[in-house]
Amino acid sequence: MSATHTATAKKKNLFDAAIVRRAAVDSLKKLNPALMAKNPVMFVVEAGSVVTTALLVLPHGATHFAFNLQITLWLWFTVLFANFAEAMAEGRGKAQADALRKAKSETTAYRLGSNGEVEEVVSSRLRVNDKVQVVAGQMVPGDGEVIEGVASVDESAITGESAPVIREAGGDRSAVTGGTRVLSDRIVVRITANPGETFLDRMIALVEGAERKKTPNEIALNILLAGLTIIFLLAVVTLEPFAVYSGAPQTVFVLISLLVCLIPTTIGGLLSAIGIAGMDRLVQHNVLAVSGRAVEAAGDVNTLLLDKTGTITLGNRQATEFLTAAGVTSEELADAAQLSSLPDETPEGRSIVVLAKEQYGLRGRDLADLNVEYIPFSALTRMSGVDMEGRSIRKGAAEAIANYLKENGSVLPDEVRATVDQVARSGGTPLVVAENGRALGVIHLKDIVKGGMRERFEQLRAMGIKTIMITGDNPLTAAAIAREAGVDDFLAEAKPKDKMDLIKREQAQGKLVAMTGDGTNDAPALAQADVGVAMNSGTQAAKEAGNMVDLDSNPTKLIEIVGIGKQLLMTRGALTTFSIANDVAKYFAIIPAMFAGVFPVLAAVNIMHLRTPQSAILSAVIFNALIIVALIPLALRGVKYMPMSAAALLRRNLWIYGLGGIVAPFIGIKLIDMLIASAHLV
Amino acid sequence: MTSNGWLQIAVFFVLVLLAAKPMGLYMARVYERKKTWLDPVLGPMERLLYRIAGVDADAEMKWTEYGAAMLAFSLATLLLTYAVERLQHAVPLWNPQHLAAVEPYLAWNTAVSFTTNTNWQSYVPETTMSYLTQMFGLATHNFWSAATGMALAIAFIRGIARRESKTLGNFWVDLTRGTLWILLPICVVYALALVSQGVVQNLKPYDTATLVEPQSVTATGADGKPTTATVTTQTIAQGPVASQEAIKMLGTNGGGFFNANSAHPFENPTPLSNLMQMFSIFLIPAGLCITLGKMTGSPKHGWAVFAAMSVLWFAGVATCYWAEAQPNPLLHGVDQHASTAGISPGGNMEGKEVRFGIANSALFATVTTDASCGAVNAMHDSLMPLGGLVALSNIHLGEIVFGGVGAGMYGMLVFVILTVFIAGLMVGRTPEYMGKKVEAFDVQMSMLYFLIFPVVILGFSAIAVLSPSFGTSSLSNHGPHGLTQILYAYTSAAGNNGSAFAGLNANTHWYNATLAVTMLAGRFLMIVPMLAVAGNLAIKKIAPPSLGTFPVTSPLFAVLLTGVIVIVGALTFFPALSLGPILEHLLLRAGTSFS
Repeated sequence: MSATHTATAKKKNLFDAAIVRRAAVDSLKKLNPALMAKNPVMFVVEAGSVVTTALLVLPHGATHFAFNLQITLWLWFTVLFANFAEAMAEGRGKAQADALRKAKSETTAYRLGSNGEVEEVVSSRLRVNDKVQVVAGQMVPGDGEVIEGVASVDESAITGESAPVIREAGGDRSAVTGGTRVLSDRIVVRITANPGETFLDRMIALVEGAERKKTPNEIALNILLAGLTIIFLLAVVTLEPFAVYSGAPQTVFVLISLLVCLIPTTIGGLLSAIGIAGMDRLVQHNVLAVSGRAVEAAGDVNTLLLDKTGTITLGNRQATEFLTAAGVTSEELADAAQLSSLPDETPEGRSIVVLAKEQYGLRGRDLADLNVEYIPFSALTRMSGVDMEGRSIRKGAAEAIANYLKENGSVLPDEVRATVDQVARSGGTPLVVAENGRALGVIHLKDIVKGGMRERFEQLRAMGIKTIMITGDNPLTAAAIAREAGVDDFLAEAKPKDKMDLIKREQAQGKLVAMTGDGTNDAPALAQADVGVAMNSGTQAAKEAGNMVDLDSNPTKLIEIVGIGKQLLMTRGALTTFSIANDVAKYFAIIPAMFAGVFPVLAAVNIMHLRTPQSAILSAVIFNALIIVALIPLALRGVKYMPMSAAALLRRNLWIYGLGGIVAPFIGIKLIDMLIASAHLV
Repeated sequence: MTSNGWLQIAVFFVLVLLAAKPMGLYMARVYERKKTWLDPVLGPMERLLYRIAGVDADAEMKWTEYGAAMLAFSLATLLLTYAVERLQHAVPLWNPQHLAAVEPYLAWNTAVSFTTNTNWQSYVPETTMSYLTQMFGLATHNFWSAATGMALAIAFIRGIARRESKTLGNFWVDLTRGTLWILLPICVVYALALVSQGVVQNLKPYDTATLVEPQSVTATGADGKPTTATVTTQTIAQGPVASQEAIKMLGTNGGGFFNANSAHPFENPTPLSNLMQMFSIFLIPAGLCITLGKMTGSPKHGWAVFAAMSVLWFAGVATCYWAEAQPNPLLHGVDQHASTAGISPGGNMEGKEVRFGIANSALFATVTTDASCGAVNAMHDSLMPLGGLVALSNIHLGEIVFGGVGAGMYGMLVFVILTVFIAGLMVGRTPEYMGKKVEAFDVQMSMLYFLIFPVVILGFSAIAVLSPSFGTSSLSNHGPHGLTQILYAYTSAAGNNGSAFAGLNANTHWYNATLAVTMLAGRFLMIVPMLAVAGNLAIKKIAPPSLGTFPVTSPLFAVLLTGVIVIVGALTFFPALSLGPILEHLLLRAGTSFS
């Protein structure tokens, strides 16, 4: 199976030919009134189209057949364009779902019996708590948790990421997903989801939009649009009596044209497409949201809880400085530090070797030649080091080394202690190096803040979002890193319960909180947070507790998720404003056209100087239909989102979509009118 | 238009601007039950009233309870007024003209009209209502309906300001305090000031004056033959006018003591009394903006709302003044001495009092329809088409330009919620108003609120224009002006305004019945969803403001709010208006009129 189909879907053009074809067919299927009824605005348009069609085919004495026919056609186009927008949005998800389904093909599972015997079953017959064995080259038959062994797993079917990941029993990297492939070793997996309820099933349903429910905000917007539709329906229905009173009765075609132009068809036609596309954008970022509600909540987030390690700082600390004790040369210290770290395979250890090489030109030495005994780090001594002929080098936390020195009848000098405190205060981790019972100095290990984080936090601040760094470090260190990274606040020496309390405290103030997590002990907090993004590499418990899963397991993505949520809401707001603002021009087109025949003085209201009344009405109807098509790309891509304050965003969007919404139709209708006139369409 | 006219309009606005803050802060203190300098006098009175009525002043009410109390109170006062009207002949006291009982349909229409703060008058007061009815039936109602409106506005403001609260305050307390601390003291001083200008205040029988120049009046008798009578005397109506005039204006009620309303010299004798009357219409509504800012802890928001209202007020008065300052095109060629020079401006003086002139009549017409007052000092039927359009549109927008006491504020706040919802999404958050999320239920109730106007105004008007037997038969003019007359009647009733395009004879079964329904719908059917929004807002958490919060304090917000009001309000009624005043204006310029 293809390794990177999700990745290919990602690159798909907005108007991929296959998707467009499918959407065109779907937009016809969606004419089914039962489906249309979900969208009150477009349902009214369809009902209007049916009425005009009926009047057109039924024999009656009406004149202006060409006009009536064109109006009817464009009314149908209006409905079809709206359906097309929705179908396009769904189409992208469907293409992705098709690719995912390929990963869902049935496989053979090797179920372990209670006595350890292996039984071959079809993967679809596995149930929760079954134990299966998966060896290199086999497909994981269902979602589960590794309870034995460690293996590298190719998860590209889900994530599109071709680099294999490690999955092992216990800890926070124990979850495996059905449809992924084990590349090496053997693991035993306890199945945690019945067939049909697996992650892949949920993912397919999500991207396909099969379970799509309207989000709270979408429901509210729909009520607004329905309300406006009723108001305009009243305005148009009562206009006919007023027209009759005035001696200028109107045809049904004209009245329905007016109605369709006034009701908010632009946003009504694009609303569901915007919602689907928002979810889709999240999927493109390899994030799965359990519901659209979660995406909306992401836009509303007030507080981001970010784990320090991996999110704000690079995963590992790095040695940046050697600080010598009195009477010790820095070469001496560097030499001892390098020796003690050569066998140390931890990233910190390696960074010491690198620093020694960069600053003092000390090359790596072959320890085998030196007859060195490596003393690894232990929880008891909290030191590591090397013993060799005549030299015994240790490095570790200040307290550990102080104890070590004491045992050897020496003490840690006060000036070294002072250096230690100084390093700690600056946010670094001090490691003291001692040789043969003498403290040589301090290695400054530093947390490296990821590039660009400060700017991103500034952007978040500009949007009114508070960032809180969560860390297990002591408050002193935490404060220093928080300052360097530019976060607003920090929670030091954080235990899972502290995190939970912090979330509750923020929520009690009416704020919405977002966080990421991967461990089982994160699960309660993930569930409590308004937006809880679980890492795909995390435990099953974490994934179930959160309302989003990041397939790339990249905690920094929380910031993008917030942006996507905001973009979704902004797109809705912008198009709603645009749609309502459009009505002004349509009135100036249609009202004079309706009555100028009987009252020529009303031509004064025809400020666009549209050629004939019929051309004016037809132009308005055509503009109304075409604007839906014209805005499909915007609905699918979302309006341009830039991090800035709400006041600045409002000003910007009001200029573009408010003022633009008033002006654009004046120009559009005028242009269409000129075309109609030159083509003699009416 | 003259600079003198503009100066007078400016003086009016500056007075409103200066009075808003002290008035608003005082009202906030009153409704928050804080100490005021009137407490020594009014405190014991308040406590006595609660003891008599058995009101627990500290009991809080949910929105449903608040609404139920309001409805019960309105129904009780409605029935009381009806009874007073029906029984006025049986009480010899304060009935020097020996007026008979008010006819039941009219009594009902009037009781509804005063209960809903509409003060639509299908009757001629001087020949219908005894002094007793004027004082105990109508003037008292002016206090009650005003205090009710203010209480509702305060309840709404509490809904915004409170955090996770199930309740909105106590209706009885708000009603009592609003009456005792705000309406009564101002009215006492105000009535005296009006008396100083010549407004009458007595309980005497009507005077009879001998005409200097006897007049011949020709009338068609019952037998169809014309008879000519010579009139040598004139009856001059009297009454306790000043006391009722004060609350009529301050409470934005607008029901005149006399048929001619504030055009009558005993109601509004001088330019100064005219200024006081216009000022008193806006006093409480403008103050409520500041009360809003104070009680929600965002004074700037209060001023932003004030600014939006001011913009709409100015647009209205400028249009109306401009329209009225033009001479009627049909009178072109007639020597009107219509030079727009000095203090004798030319223009449309038809239906206007010479002592007020064009600027003050245009301003009065704008102010009385901005608010739901409905008092008039000039005849709206005689306004130029665009002048009438301003009056009509002001009511169509929901009378939220300062608006009726209380009703203007809560109506505006529903618009604010709509604005926040439409535009709030554009900042990338679920729309929030003062830290509270605007959700489906709030939108639903707000849309219900907005639906009432088109349903009753357009619905009844559409039926009326198609019905020659009971609808158009009441018209004094046909053509677009006739349409405007009908639209205006239903608009005025729905908006609880009460002013009339007097050309329509509304004292028919159809109009009395449908206008009463319209008045009730325009008041209570709108209050219920409005209170539901308030109750729902009160329950919500308040998210602390941040840079990401939708700004409701900026000039941009004021512009946006104005835009939404104009677009949503105008879009609903533009088609109908285009066949009414707009068409009439264009036809008039082209030289066509309708009889």
